Amino acid sequence: MSSYHLDHLQYLETEAIHVMREVAAEFERPALLFSGGKDSICLLRLAEKAFRPSDIPMPFLNVETGHEFPELIEFRDRRAKELGAKLIVRTVDEAFAKGIAHPTPGQVSRNQLQIPVLLAAIEEFQFDCAIGGARRDEEKARAKERFFSFRDSFGQWDPKNQRPEIWNLYNARVNPGENMRVFPLSNWTEMDVWEYIKKEKLEVPNIYFSHERECYRKGGQWLPVPPPHTDATKPDPYAGARPKANDTVKKMVCRVRTIADMISTGMIESKTETIDDIIAEVSAARVTERGTRADDKASEAAMEDRKKAGYF
Amino acid sequence: MPHTQHPIELLRFNTCGSVDDGKSTLIGRLLYDSKSLMEDQVEALEKSADITGGGQINLANLTDGLRAEREQGITIDVAYRYFATPKRKFIVADTPGHVQYTRNMVTGASSANLSIVLVDARQGVIEQTRRHTYIAALLGIPHLVIAVNKMDLVDWKVERFQEIRDEIEDFLPKLGGFHDVKFIPMSALNGDNVVDTSKHTPWYEGPCLLHHLENVHIASDWNFGTFRFPVQWVNRPNNPTDHSLHDFRGLSGQIASGIVRKGQQVVVLPAGIKTTVKDIWTYDGSLAEAFCPQSATLCLEHDIDISRGDMIVGLENLPGRASDFSARVCWMNQRPLQTGKKYFLKHTTQTVQAVVTAVENKINFDTLETMDAPGTLAMNDIGGIKIRTAKPLVFDGYQSNRLTGSFILIEQGTNLTVGAGMLAPPLEAVKPEYSDFAI
Repeated sequence: MSSYHLDHLQYLETEAIHVMREVAAEFERPALLFSGGKDSICLLRLAEKAFRPSDIPMPFLNVETGHEFPELIEFRDRRAKELGAKLIVRTVDEAFAKGIAHPTPGQVSRNQLQIPVLLAAIEEFQFDCAIGGARRDEEKARAKERFFSFRDSFGQWDPKNQRPEIWNLYNARVNPGENMRVFPLSNWTEMDVWEYIKKEKLEVPNIYFSHERECYRKGGQWLPVPPPHTDATKPDPYAGARPKANDTVKKMVCRVRTIADMISTGMIESKTETIDDIIAEVSAARVTERGTRADDKASEAAMEDRKKAGYF
Repeated sequence: MPHTQHPIELLRFNTCGSVDDGKSTLIGRLLYDSKSLMEDQVEALEKSADITGGGQINLANLTDGLRAEREQGITIDVAYRYFATPKRKFIVADTPGHVQYTRNMVTGASSANLSIVLVDARQGVIEQTRRHTYIAALLGIPHLVIAVNKMDLVDWKVERFQEIRDEIEDFLPKLGGFHDVKFIPMSALNGDNVVDTSKHTPWYEGPCLLHHLENVHIASDWNFGTFRFPVQWVNRPNNPTDHSLHDFRGLSGQIASGIVRKGQQVVVLPAGIKTTVKDIWTYDGSLAEAFCPQSATLCLEHDIDISRGDMIVGLENLPGRASDFSARVCWMNQRPLQTGKKYFLKHTTQTVQAVVTAVENKINFDTLETMDAPGTLAMNDIGGIKIRTAKPLVFDGYQSNRLTGSFILIEQGTNLTVGAGMLAPPLEAVKPEYSDFAI
């Protein structure tokens, strides 16, 4: 084997850096979707590698459901500050107030409601491109996604009419009002993400490591018990998402494998203290990462339907 | 999935063939038998088996992820799958066989090291077989596997396998290009010769598919010959508070081919100015040398006006520079190619306007002969064209450099990607004046 050789992580890295620089060069107003989760943590390092010593030439954008893990929010805000980036946060609650979105009767999860909030943010800031951390190995509909994924002026994805993507020549052209979603981690697997986090010594929020937490059993998953409702002047945002009297509640040593918000994230019992422990656990896992995501369990085409409507 | 040892090499391959040749089933089989499937995926498969598979697990449902695909039992778009064995990591592009989706095959195959063309042993070689093999050769994919599938349905007859092999070997010389070609008799549905060697083929002495994928030599697939660096993004921190950054001017990009060393002389094209590489800057520190396909930021000795779309190259084996080209193009849109109409052409890191001045010929996939002056190219046609750009391009022939010899055509207005083009070698190399940089 020649000494001029990239291993798989170096290959995935150079591919992602190339994609990020194409975004910076081709779009006028790009944004980077940063949630504080493990995939977007990798995106930030890739942005540093693509653009340093210059500033990262785009703001970070995050859409909050209002049900976030507080640890994640703290981490997100701190990282954005450390990198000197502008962080834009838009929330489902604000969208309710503005009438952009409306609560779905009987539905506690606000996962779907992130769609109108994201689309409104894109319109508000005239973003022509949003970089996201989605990976093709996550889910079947995502397996069909392009690096540069075109969205029409309604934010819709049309999987049957995707632009062919050939060599490394990405067609980044959009008309006013249309936009592009770009996924530099398209070819990464869950394992690649953790190996990269290890290699780059990246900090991750502590909820990825085992900790003690009260959880309750629902829909075949252990969901975290939401924080207590303290402000009596407002309705309980977690109403309907609290354990019922006959639900099994237990204190367990657990962690998250993938993060949505507290309503959609199943906790897994685990004793992992280091990144190496997580890598060992992921390689021994017998279910996929998104097997712990309640939002994907709605139907076999749950992700496809949300993506067509403009989801991340 | 054992991960005790880190797989060090990444192999990208695509599968193609006609409808119902069993492409998706083959990938499903590779994932299933190499234990790369998770319990919830198997569970989802079993759930959908009742609807589409008549109670039997349908391995194709693993890759056919969209609703319409499951309903119609076809693959609409390129599906990407990932799996690993202790030896290698794999990126699989499952590309559709329907003729109207040939453009997706080009998409899936353009970045592959290896193509698997499936042939239904009962049907033998058909137009799609020739088309896909031709496209693989045209795209410069180094390694080819002909998977003769459904051998169980022809009673594992060696004569049938040999017949198909002979027919393909008959037209392969017309295509040229492949480093190696492997014929494997198999049954993807039953798993024969996919991950495990079949007991039905005592007459076959070659490897099973996975063994071949794990061992085919790919280290020399990259082009280390001549240095090409299309400038992607000009890196100017413009930081007034930090003096060390104030004068920093870097040229960021991904090395398309070759190797660059600190202190090396280079030529900046199209300006034709010779200068020296002062530094190879990366986030992880300066490098003494960098090679393709690494991403890097080059700092040059002289402050030359350079922007995105320019190319930095080594002094040896200079590329061509022209605004009239011959190329082969695969047409990808319902609206046929129109000569005289303006398209955008994206080549390396720049986009220019272009006009197709003539369609010289088109491939007939039944005979693999070219027919002259077809007038136009329709969706899924491949043919030779003459094209003129509004601005000269610095380029190489596709056969010697996949990244500096390729382009896409974009329809103006709709912004659809309508064509994938491969440039013929330059008639002559660019002749820079070679005056050293002087103010």
